[in-house]
Amino acid sequence: MSTDSITWPQTGTAAHPFVDRLHEWVTTVDHKRLGILYIIYALVFLLIAGIEAIVIRIQLIRPHNDFVSPQVFNRMFTMHGTTMIFFVVMPVLFGFANYLIPLMIGARDMAFPRLNAFSFWMTAFGGLLLYFSLVGANGLYGAGNAPDVGWFAYAPLTSPTFSVGHSTDFWTLALLVSGFGSIGTAINILATVLCMRCPGMTLAKMPLFAWLNFVMAGLVILAVSPLTAAQIMLLVDRYLGGHFFDTQAGGSAVIWMHFFWIFGHPEVYVLVLPAFAFASEIIPVFSRKPIFGYSVMVGATVAIGFISMSVWAHHMFTVGMSASANTFFVLSTMAIAVPTGIKIFNWLATMWGGKIEFKTPMLFCIAFLFQFLAAGLTGVMLSVAPFNWHLGNSYFVVAHFHYVIVGGILFSLFGAFYYWFPKMSGKMYSETLGKLHFWLFLIGFHLTFDFMHLPGLLGMPRRIYTYEPGRGWDTWNLIVTIGVFFQAAGILVFLGNLLWSYFRGKTAGSDPWDAWTLEWSTPSPPPEYNFSVIPTVKSRRPLWDLKHPADPDWKFE
Amino acid sequence: MNATYIPMEQQPVTAQLPSRGRVGMFVLIAAESAVFTIFVVAYIFYIGKSLTGPTPQDVLAAPIFYSICLLSSSVTIHLAVKALRLGNVSTFSRWWFATIALGGIFLYGTATEWHRLIYTEGLSISTNLFGTTYYSLVGLHGSHVVVGILCLTLVLGFALTGRVKQEHAYRVDVLSLYWHFVDAVWVVVFTVVYILGR
Repeated sequence: MSTDSITWPQTGTAAHPFVDRLHEWVTTVDHKRLGILYIIYALVFLLIAGIEAIVIRIQLIRPHNDFVSPQVFNRMFTMHGTTMIFFVVMPVLFGFANYLIPLMIGARDMAFPRLNAFSFWMTAFGGLLLYFSLVGANGLYGAGNAPDVGWFAYAPLTSPTFSVGHSTDFWTLALLVSGFGSIGTAINILATVLCMRCPGMTLAKMPLFAWLNFVMAGLVILAVSPLTAAQIMLLVDRYLGGHFFDTQAGGSAVIWMHFFWIFGHPEVYVLVLPAFAFASEIIPVFSRKPIFGYSVMVGATVAIGFISMSVWAHHMFTVGMSASANTFFVLSTMAIAVPTGIKIFNWLATMWGGKIEFKTPMLFCIAFLFQFLAAGLTGVMLSVAPFNWHLGNSYFVVAHFHYVIVGGILFSLFGAFYYWFPKMSGKMYSETLGKLHFWLFLIGFHLTFDFMHLPGLLGMPRRIYTYEPGRGWDTWNLIVTIGVFFQAAGILVFLGNLLWSYFRGKTAGSDPWDAWTLEWSTPSPPPEYNFSVIPTVKSRRPLWDLKHPADPDWKFE
Repeated sequence: MNATYIPMEQQPVTAQLPSRGRVGMFVLIAAESAVFTIFVVAYIFYIGKSLTGPTPQDVLAAPIFYSICLLSSSVTIHLAVKALRLGNVSTFSRWWFATIALGGIFLYGTATEWHRLIYTEGLSISTNLFGTTYYSLVGLHGSHVVVGILCLTLVLGFALTGRVKQEHAYRVDVLSLYWHFVDAVWVVVFTVVYILGR
């Protein structure tokens, strides 16, 4: 056995006419192409939802600003939240899972390739449906166009009385349709991981990426299904005159909150577990050490999966639940910090004593570690019910969850983009532009979201259209908005880097990082069938074994 | 495009992993169970909370005969799959048809019950909370029965045109898992609606 490379025949697709290539992409059932479709689709929506965020921040840059009308402001924060969660972060994570899981476990495709394509197009049409509201929601009522009920759409705002026209219908149908897509993808990931592993790859030898996405898919099954049920109920209320959330007829507005957050909190872990998965692959490779405490990492992941199903009502402390319910959700929320903390220590221990290479993916992962820790700490603060009573629905909460989603998930995601871009495109990205993106985004992130905590502590509620001068909020809001432009510049550098490198970048080679998981044994980009011969593995780092036949991992695992 | 790859050690595939069809169906069933759980929770939460009549005590009667029909269709579909495993296609078709017929009788039962509730008792989905939760939960289950019958009928069409053979027993078995799930959910719905709810 040797590491000699053999020449692979070039398969030219560039010669095909454009219509043929378009047809190939639209009808594809290949997990890699679907993965890339998911990712590009999510990047388009990232730009749209980012522009919505910029509009929100310009409106709040100074007191009594009138950049947009209050109605437009409501639509902006609703569309920003809904788009970012359902049509940016979830699709991009599904895209990476789709692309990488079969390659990492030595399979030629997902378990159900056609279900995979179906799921992608459901998600895609869900996003189009949401934005079609701009055209179609007025109806005959002359009512507003885009949804304006907030991303968690509390009753009775969504009732036909308070939400005339079709904007809320577009919101609920978009989530219902994309929810079917998410459930299809989750079924596919679970079946792929359980049924498609190559010989020798037991569950305990899978890359952590596959493990974390496996638990993520399980959470999607248990979390997105309740959301689907709740959306069906909302449709019954709106179209058939039902009374599920109609307090006038004895229904309950609070039960919508329960149903939504039974989805909503596990959803946070649906988003963050793949971010952990990226970090768990990138940090070891750039520290030149195997991951510290593999089995503890798996255990902590499964523990997070279970505990995350029992913490949802910490979103509802301000509703006024019973003392015992409050106590339960305070304790369960604090408990989930324990396995998460274990993970942070494991990543630190992986870096400890390692020969760290500060390439762009690693920079993003290191920032992810510290920012996610800070986000977790404000999370523990907010889990204390009496503290929450003061700061619930304030900008402190907004700063907290943006710290999780931007500072944690998005940073890890950018690391993943740079780490796997050579594999997906066959080209190396520009390290200079990558570092420029990192520093611009890091500065922008901290300007925006560090300082956003302060107006929250000073009493500024979320979702307000404007505010009075002289409450001590003015300077902080100005700084927060300035940070947004640094982030936008970073995103533009990022997109420019992707495009420039794709067309002009240097050839990357099959294994530019000297990494250890199976995807790096294939050419870049991998051929349609991934592996000409299905590999056999003996340890968690099959490529390490291959490169170091005298000192293989399987002797020590 | 880079044109190299690192050769991996090669061995014939020998490992036995679970079959993807069964795993996929079990996961789908888990997702469906979560959907039904939310509807059942809503039903139980709203028992006795209607502000106006009619109430379940006034108008509901347990559809025992139709429930027996649906539950026994689990037996017939099991016998059908068993026959196909042994390669007996005509026995398979007969039991398979019996399953569809039993499912159809159940749907007829639901239809007559709904007709009576709507036209005689004046209970519609917008009448009160009981109507909203009752039609939603029973209707959700009924729509699953309809989807199941459509899939079963498709397979029956294949069987009658001679396209179902012994080697398809595995696929038919995966479909039967869905039908067993639809039957099992009815046990829960029946208990909640016709026993607890009254």
